[in-house]
Amino acid sequence: MTSDSLKNQRQKHNGNEEALQNSSNSCPFESLTQDIIFAILDSLALTHDSLSLKSFSLTSKSFYYLESLHRKSLKPLRSQLLPRILHRYSSISRLDLTLCPRVDDHTLSSISSLCKSRLRSIDLSRSRFFTSSGLSYSVTNCSFLVEIDLSNATTLTDSAAAVIAEAKNLERLWLVRCKLISDIGIGCVAVGCRKLRLLSLKWCCRVSDLGVGLIAMKCEDLRSLDLSYLPITEKCLSSILRLQSLEDLVLVACVGLDDDGLRTLKHGCRSLERLDVSNCQSIGHLGLSSFTEGSTCLRLLVLSYGCSVTAVAAKCLQNFSLLQSIKLDGCLVTCCGMKAIGNWCASLVELSLSKCSGVTDVGLCSIVETQKELKKLDITCCRWISYISIDSNTRSCTSLTSLRMESCTQVSKEAFVLIGKCCPFLEELDVTDNEIDDEGLKSISSCSKLCSLKVGICLNVTDQGLISIGMSCSELAELDLYRCLGITDVGVASVAQGCPKLRVINVEYCNKVIDTSLRMLSNCLGLKALEARGCPCISSVGLLAIAEGCRLLTMLDIKNCYNINDSGMVSLACYSQNLKQINLSYCSVTDVGLLALASIRQLQNMTVLHLTGLTPNGLASALLAS
Amino acid sequence: MDLNDKIVADTWAKSFSSAKDLPKQLTSDHRSFTSFNNQQQQKKWEVSSILDYNNRIQPPFPEFNHTPEAPRNHNSQIKGPDREDMQSNEKPDNKRFQEWDPRVMLNNLSFLEDKIHQLQDLVHLIVGRRGRVLGQSDELATQQQQLITADLTSIIVQLISTAGSLLPSIKHTLSTANPAIGQLGQLGSMLFPPTNSLNGVVLQQNSGGSKVSGQSNQIDLTVNCGTEQNYAAEEHDPKDDDDDADEGENLAPGSYEILQLEKEEILAPHTHFCMICGKGFKRDANLRMHMRGHGDEYKTPAALAKPNKDSSEPMLLKRYSCPYAGCKRNKDHKKFQPLKTILCVKNHYKRTHCDKSYTCSRCNTKKFSVIADLKTHEKHCGRDKWLCSCGTTFSRKDKLFGHIALFQGHTPALPLDETKPSSLPSDRTENNESKLGNIGFNFSASGSGGNAIQNMVDVKGAVDDPAAYFSPLNFDPCNIPGFHEFPRPTFEESDGFFSFPIPGACNYNQKTGGDSGSNDLE
Repeated sequence: MTSDSLKNQRQKHNGNEEALQNSSNSCPFESLTQDIIFAILDSLALTHDSLSLKSFSLTSKSFYYLESLHRKSLKPLRSQLLPRILHRYSSISRLDLTLCPRVDDHTLSSISSLCKSRLRSIDLSRSRFFTSSGLSYSVTNCSFLVEIDLSNATTLTDSAAAVIAEAKNLERLWLVRCKLISDIGIGCVAVGCRKLRLLSLKWCCRVSDLGVGLIAMKCEDLRSLDLSYLPITEKCLSSILRLQSLEDLVLVACVGLDDDGLRTLKHGCRSLERLDVSNCQSIGHLGLSSFTEGSTCLRLLVLSYGCSVTAVAAKCLQNFSLLQSIKLDGCLVTCCGMKAIGNWCASLVELSLSKCSGVTDVGLCSIVETQKELKKLDITCCRWISYISIDSNTRSCTSLTSLRMESCTQVSKEAFVLIGKCCPFLEELDVTDNEIDDEGLKSISSCSKLCSLKVGICLNVTDQGLISIGMSCSELAELDLYRCLGITDVGVASVAQGCPKLRVINVEYCNKVIDTSLRMLSNCLGLKALEARGCPCISSVGLLAIAEGCRLLTMLDIKNCYNINDSGMVSLACYSQNLKQINLSYCSVTDVGLLALASIRQLQNMTVLHLTGLTPNGLASALLAS
Repeated sequence: MDLNDKIVADTWAKSFSSAKDLPKQLTSDHRSFTSFNNQQQQKKWEVSSILDYNNRIQPPFPEFNHTPEAPRNHNSQIKGPDREDMQSNEKPDNKRFQEWDPRVMLNNLSFLEDKIHQLQDLVHLIVGRRGRVLGQSDELATQQQQLITADLTSIIVQLISTAGSLLPSIKHTLSTANPAIGQLGQLGSMLFPPTNSLNGVVLQQNSGGSKVSGQSNQIDLTVNCGTEQNYAAEEHDPKDDDDDADEGENLAPGSYEILQLEKEEILAPHTHFCMICGKGFKRDANLRMHMRGHGDEYKTPAALAKPNKDSSEPMLLKRYSCPYAGCKRNKDHKKFQPLKTILCVKNHYKRTHCDKSYTCSRCNTKKFSVIADLKTHEKHCGRDKWLCSCGTTFSRKDKLFGHIALFQGHTPALPLDETKPSSLPSDRTENNESKLGNIGFNFSASGSGGNAIQNMVDVKGAVDDPAAYFSPLNFDPCNIPGFHEFPRPTFEESDGFFSFPIPGACNYNQKTGGDSGSNDLE
């Protein structure tokens, strides 16, 4: 097919829509009152399904009008159309520009002059090319801005921060990766935006103690503060801990914090609920205990990749009676430490021990036997645990909803039968790279709420197990069958039939999967991600079926699918207008297919390694067309 | 060490010259002011003698000045009963001294006696009062303490000078044998209040005036020290400090005497003049080197040597008054704060009452009247890059943030070179959209409400010609109209604070706390 025929096809498509619109002019929906329609719209908006709202507005002219009147939040595809869009939607208060990579000062000024003081929230985290003067339009014209996301604006300097400081009503501000903003800019923000409740300064590596200290001094309403990767020391921490209503403090990889400094802090923050000090290797249990002293409301504690969890360390933390969740990923955990955790007065709901070295059956048993309320357990890569742990775990923690146990290679296949028997509320199960077999899967299929199942590299799993899953787990939304070499079309078809809510499926390197599977999967209308890398049997025919059926497809990986050619791309270009990311390395796609893909407006990421049919000219024209 | 060396030498020289000049001074006691001024204008007199004149003229003044100091005078009228004790203590000295100059000695001793009695009475009085009024305020107590220390100071000075005059030969050998000790003692007296006996002994020969451990004296010493450190770049003659302290006998009771130089004298570039050709010098040593050119008689070791300070005269503390009427450093001021040295007088007068003629070549904004201040500023010019919206600059970021944390509404201000590029594109877009009325508003958005930076930025925004942004002098604050009006006083203020750091802030704590700062303001 040429690009001309493609255009024709699209025109036809548009014509169909128009016809639909015309025919609905005389529909009986006109009689509905505005309130009812608004209620419908609200409930539609809750589904986060942009398509349903779109089709609603296309029902009739009055619906179109009412929808545009009622809409509060907008996520435009192209910034060029913004002025017209904003004319249509007159009550927009939240503007998400993450799909507009190019937002220049002119766009910002037109947005601000159209939205005026209605605008409450603007997200510029994925946009570039605007400067501080563009921001100043937004800030001055939209005086009630409450939320600004300026993450990844690596070119913004302190002058931009000074502009932001003029937004007196600002409550939430993200400045992630604004690497040029220094203490001076942050100081301006601190003085200007006194109502700040949330501030993220992650990776603002020019911000030091002084700026953060001033923030803590001036913004007394702060609830949430992210200071990850900042070169801060305990000097600013003392003023942060004095904040009266701070609930959320993230200090990932603040390497300037150490025990000696933290020990000088005299008091903790009483209102603190969530604390993340992962990747702070120099913070030991002494420093931690001194700066969490008095934080009795603590609910979440993340100590990943930090100090080793010994009995002493665990004892230091035992006073948080409200503690619900603790993450010790990557820490060295001793048996005594785990026993001490088991004896905490708090009843843990979530425990993460992923990649911890030193987790043994004895230790894990001592935890799970006392912490019966546990709902989420992550024991990824705890290679020393065996059937015994799983046995005691499933027996005591019957309300488990999430179990991640990737690569627990010593756990025998009988253990998985226990999981299915004892944990009926399981929603998420990750048993990648385990000994699980069809018997285990059959048992697990009794967990009717299961929505995420990962059985990658489980070579013992065959169609039989998958069929039982498909029969009973109707809630399944995510299925990972990576390198499950025993899986064929039969299994995939059963899942596709039994799990209509499937959103993500991974059949990578399942070399027995053929077009039939894809045709069955096209029944899952909500499918968003299909990863079929290394399935040499699937072809453009299967892809056409997927493209036709799964209109919401946003992510597609067909690397190493040699049989897919340009016609598959053309069908994608026709139907998958939501596609954002595609990997077609090693496929048989040529210039034509690429040019067709270029017409997909949302496409952001395209991997085209080793496309032998692709010429430089074709790539250039595809890039120009997109 | 070099500095101290010089100081020691100079004090020596002074005492020596004072001794030589003594008869002359005594005869010229009643010279008039006008004649002094004439001499000054003719510039033919040797400087030391000029200064002597100055001292001779003063005696009426201290008396006049000391009358308002009620407590002391009040005490001076009370005679104590302990006379005999004192005399018996002094007797051996007295006998020996009579070989030298009995009349002067007697004068000295009787003065001392009076002094000690006064002090005794004062202490008696204080003891009595304390018995009656227990809840005495601290302020009064410290005042009394100061009074006592001041009197003690005076007595000790007298004692030292008297004792020194008794043993001229011993003193001479000692000082030449141990010059290092002399320097040490001098250093100690400058930096710390001397406490041990070694310092006392050594200083007895050097300059009794600066040695005393009285409290007021300490303060002045440290202040002097501080100024010398600050303005070391400027040439100064420490000998001026201790010049011609030889007439304490005829002085009215008081811990120091007040001298006042005239404006012309203060501003004179040179203080030492050649008697033959009239050329002026800042240092006596330079003059001596110069004198060699006038004939062989000036090349003798005696003529070239530093004049020996062999004075047997008592050293009374000298304090200086600023001739500017209404100045706090003027002796007629209610809260008069004397200046310690002539150097202090010079610097004070230039800084406070003169035009600022030295402009910094780097920033072209800051001006100074004392060249040393300019040099100090130039060392740090451009380093004060931390700027508050109120216009105050800071050399350290943490100081700026401390300032901002302290004051409501102050924000850190961006350096000028950073605000510019951002304002440039905004200006362009303004023009594109032909929304020119908006411009002032948007500019003010980058500063914070009602402060200097905003004003500055507004002024920039008001410049109609966008070409101004592209001018090569773009980053020069002078280029912006209106910049001078607003922030400069505050610049000056901060500069004053930082260029005059320790002595003004710490050591001058009791009475002059704010004074040293305000002194340097304009």
